[in-house]
Amino acid sequence: MSSVKDWALPNPVSENRSGLIGKTVDRYEGRLKVTGTAPYAYEVEPPSAPAYGQAVSATIARGRIVSIDTSAAEASPGVKLVWTSRNVPAQAARGERANPRSQRGSNPTMASDAVEFYGQTLAFVAADTLENARAAAALVAVTYETQPATVDFMASLDQAEMPPGEEDTEIGDFGAGFAASPVKLDETYFSPIANHTQMEPCATTAWWDGDKVTVHTSIQMVKGGQHALAETLAIASDKVHLITRYIGGGFGGKGQSYDDLTLAALAARELNQPVKVAYTRQQMFQATIHRPAVQMRVRLGAEPDGRLNAFSIEAITHCARNVPFTEHAANFSRSLYAAPNRLTGHRLVRMDLPGAGPMRAPGEATGMLSLECAMDELAEKLGIDPVELRIRNEPTVDPETGKPFSVRQLVSCMREGAQRFGWERRNPTPGQVREGRWLVGMGMAAGIRGNFLLPAKAGIRITADGTVTLLQGMTDIGTGTYTILAQITAETLGVPLDQVRVELGDSDMPPAPGSGGQFGAATAGSAAFETGMVMRRTLADLAINDPNSPLFGADPTLVTFANGNIALENQSESLASLVARAQPDGVYVEGSISPAADARDWSQHTYGAQFAEVAVDVVTGEVRLRRMFGVFAAGRILNAKTAKSQITGGMIWGIGTALTETNPVDPRYGSFLNQDMAGYLVPSHADIVNVDSIFLDETDDKANPLGIKGVGELGICGTGAAIANAIYNACGVRLRDYPMTPDKVLEGLIAKGL
Amino acid sequence: MKPFTYERPKDVAAAVKAIRTSPGAKFLAGGTNLLDLMKVEIEAPSHLVDIGRLPLANIETTRDGGLRIGAMTTNTQVASDPRVRSLYPVLAQAIVSGGSAQLRNKATTGGNLMQRTRCAYFYDTAKPCNKRQPGSGCAALGGLNRNSAILGASEACIATSPSDMGVALAALDARIETLTAEGVTRSLAVADLHRLPGDTPELETELKTGELITCVVIPAAPTGGQVYRKVRDRASYAGGLVSVAAVGNRVAWGGVALKPWRAEKTEAALAAGVPIPEAVAAELAAAEARGKNGFKIALVGRLTAAALDETFAGRRA
Ligand SMILES: Cc1cc2nc3c(=O)[nH]c(=O)nc-3n(C[C@H](O)[C@H](O)[C@H](O)COP(=O)(O)OP(=O)(O)OC[C@H]3O[C@@H](n4cnc5c(N)ncnc54)[C@H](O)[C@@H]3O)c2cc1C
Ligand code: SF4
Repeated sequence: MSSVKDWALPNPVSENRSGLIGKTVDRYEGRLKVTGTAPYAYEVEPPSAPAYGQAVSATIARGRIVSIDTSAAEASPGVKLVWTSRNVPAQAARGERANPRSQRGSNPTMASDAVEFYGQTLAFVAADTLENARAAAALVAVTYETQPATVDFMASLDQAEMPPGEEDTEIGDFGAGFAASPVKLDETYFSPIANHTQMEPCATTAWWDGDKVTVHTSIQMVKGGQHALAETLAIASDKVHLITRYIGGGFGGKGQSYDDLTLAALAARELNQPVKVAYTRQQMFQATIHRPAVQMRVRLGAEPDGRLNAFSIEAITHCARNVPFTEHAANFSRSLYAAPNRLTGHRLVRMDLPGAGPMRAPGEATGMLSLECAMDELAEKLGIDPVELRIRNEPTVDPETGKPFSVRQLVSCMREGAQRFGWERRNPTPGQVREGRWLVGMGMAAGIRGNFLLPAKAGIRITADGTVTLLQGMTDIGTGTYTILAQITAETLGVPLDQVRVELGDSDMPPAPGSGGQFGAATAGSAAFETGMVMRRTLADLAINDPNSPLFGADPTLVTFANGNIALENQSESLASLVARAQPDGVYVEGSISPAADARDWSQHTYGAQFAEVAVDVVTGEVRLRRMFGVFAAGRILNAKTAKSQITGGMIWGIGTALTETNPVDPRYGSFLNQDMAGYLVPSHADIVNVDSIFLDETDDKANPLGIKGVGELGICGTGAAIANAIYNACGVRLRDYPMTPDKVLEGLIAKGL
Repeated sequence: MKPFTYERPKDVAAAVKAIRTSPGAKFLAGGTNLLDLMKVEIEAPSHLVDIGRLPLANIETTRDGGLRIGAMTTNTQVASDPRVRSLYPVLAQAIVSGGSAQLRNKATTGGNLMQRTRCAYFYDTAKPCNKRQPGSGCAALGGLNRNSAILGASEACIATSPSDMGVALAALDARIETLTAEGVTRSLAVADLHRLPGDTPELETELKTGELITCVVIPAAPTGGQVYRKVRDRASYAGGLVSVAAVGNRVAWGGVALKPWRAEKTEAALAAGVPIPEAVAAELAAAEARGKNGFKIALVGRLTAAALDETFAGRRA
């Protein structure tokens, strides 16, 4: 196992001789996407004409199917098969793992007549056209025996329990520290259920060749999907060829497979014909995972000078009754501010709702909505500027573990952001800046998000024409993975970018963990880099052992790679000519990365500071963002353009979190109110008038050999709180219940006599 | 989606005849509402009569200085017409506050008036809804009904009408002209087109089966300022929580009822010289909160007072 010390040594990426690393590089697959020619899973052309499948969803939260009448559906035009729990082909029991090395267990569909959540698949129709399948699906008539269901989170808080295998973390004596603090804050914040709302629904095109199934599906984790399907169908995983080339948004929601995958594979086998299955927009809301609601009690005890004595977040959240998941809304805070007495923990309510699961920055995205508001409230109580208050509580080592930080530029982010944003123009007294009917205010929040490196592999092939192809069972969920992998490969091998091809998303390729937890670039990129280093050694060996090479007999450690050439001082030849001559079938190598043995000796995170200016319509309570600026520190930046897209994309989502996104559960049915994008509101262009961000210069040589960290999730961390704080500064209305819709703001305005 | 047949008649007479001879047929205009509803089988017409290319897409000046707007004009066309923009800025503002540019390019004047409610329970076919399935009950009542009606609602239905354009047209005293299935032409006020739910929320308008809206006629612009203000959860592309069209001292509300709501008591009070806040309160005395929509009462009151402040100041904002 390697040590982080090895990662600090100079390498082709850190030397960045051709300057490709960090450059603004257009998306590798951009042209395909903007011309509509990138085939997403549902659009992949199968080898012969497909049938189309449509799932029928439960319309109760909990109970049992008494009967399903499928006769009308079966008689409907074009119908090829109708399945219910009575006649669906056999699948392995839920969670079963015939192969202990499978990353995921069986995920059967229609396994019994029990209904466990509203939206669960109860029947399935396949027909000759999508329209016929949908029309027939609507004819399936289900009668239920309903059972009492727990679906109202706020009414079920008393059922909250300690999540399995967890305990609270207490350092010092929180109770005593809080009691003794001269200035106290004790407030409760609420973050509602949110949906991933990916543009592309879950979708699969499947066909069989003998006993092997090929599935094109939209999933963030190639191996996870492959193993889940293999386990479900009770076949060996090498009998599942899973391909996921382009993904129209995942955000954590496609970290797992859904019934579209299972049903397409089962139906294609049954019909001996390719089958396409996609979720409807309504099923995307109702039948996939969501970000659970979280109620957070925050207590802060401070000295008059602002130093925190005592600090606590207690978060209550929920998950599906049989699918454990905890939104760890307090975890981030363990590394954020210094305080000698600390208490953090989580409680979980098991509910009869669809599965709760990860969504962009799980834990941070919700948790920071509370603490970063509370810090603003505390700053006001103390009469200290919110930036200054945070700086006064900046720890020198991780406040819970005592470990050193790998690199921590949070204070620089805040200072730089304050200066560029014009924070000094903020009037600390709320409600003072009025422009016509608008009250204008500013707010800020800090951001923190963990950084991770997982084991991964990659392969690189160089063919006789000099084309370098990176192959990896990695996914690009729209983040820019193709592009940064091309850059890393090109820089590592010293070849021009246009000589590099990238092929991803195929279970036959060397595996990578996929996209999630903002570990994608660091993990896949480090594996690509290590593989590039293997390739350099392989090519050097090839050259120095080839009497026809100008490098014949040279010292391999002195060989360099640049401009598509392998060189030693003034002797050089192109990679193309070397490969064409010495190994005309091409050179293929694999390499891998794994976490360093000592990686956990450091507390390692990405950081940000966000500044927002909003206007509140004093008549209506409408909040309009005027501008937002974020400063982030996230290691070396690989591609200025895609990194900025990720960061500002996260910020934009945070704006939605602050102002519009919520999906209330109707307690009478256990269903979500919003089941389309006309009801579930994400920000529109008009909401995002002036959002900008910069990255601070940084290299984190404890992170990985590239010195990079994740940027995919950091942007959403703290955003919503910055806006909540700006609303307060604008109009004096302090809301602790997200999203901050006009009705809530108006109530506050009226209460203030405005 | 249920299978259906389709035709595109050449003229208005053929269009009306096509509906008459084909039970279960519907007009298809821009399709932005009807096709969505067909995909979820809330609408399941057996036959579509595409009126999209009927020669009803002109905007003409009338003899009395008003405008006659063909039913097949697109929302974009109307909102960008120079006469509309100068004579009826309230109408242009109302239209551009609705939907998105893409929708407005497809949506028509007739279709906009005839679009159905956006009540979330109406759209969720698994829920009881008297409008969708008479007698099944109203899921919005006692549900998550933040966006439901505060005026003119009933125990059978508390939905609101989503049209922004219709609110401005109501304030402008606009009328529609129609051709009935029997070939008879008639005219009625936009404000009278929609029915309040009562016990029959499934009956939405005064139009008879197969009756075609051919145009909207707006009388000459009244004196005084005009303003349309819409409150919504995001800055664009969202249905209104409430809206107000103020034209001189005429007031129409959107988002408060199942039709564009002329605030006649407010208008009468204003005409009698009552100060704006009391005049607004006069109409709102009948407003009723149902569950989560109570905020709308204060909201529409404040919005209207602010809008009237603008129009009284004579500005054409
Ligand atoms: C996401 C979304 C957001 C929206 N937001 C808004 C908004 O904020 N404000 C707003 O006002 N609207 C909004 N709309 C609605 C949009 O304005 C309507 O869908 C559109 O105006 C309907 O016009 P159309 O021509 O497409 O009608 P169609 O969908 O073709 O028809 C609608 C109905 O009208 C009937 N019809 C059409 N023309 C005639 C006629 N001449 N005579 C008799 N009957 C006729 C049809 O038979 C059908 O029943 C939104 C729509 C969507 C999808
Ligand atoms: S309010 Fe009207 S449209 Fe909505 S569910 Fe009730 S009856 Fe249906």
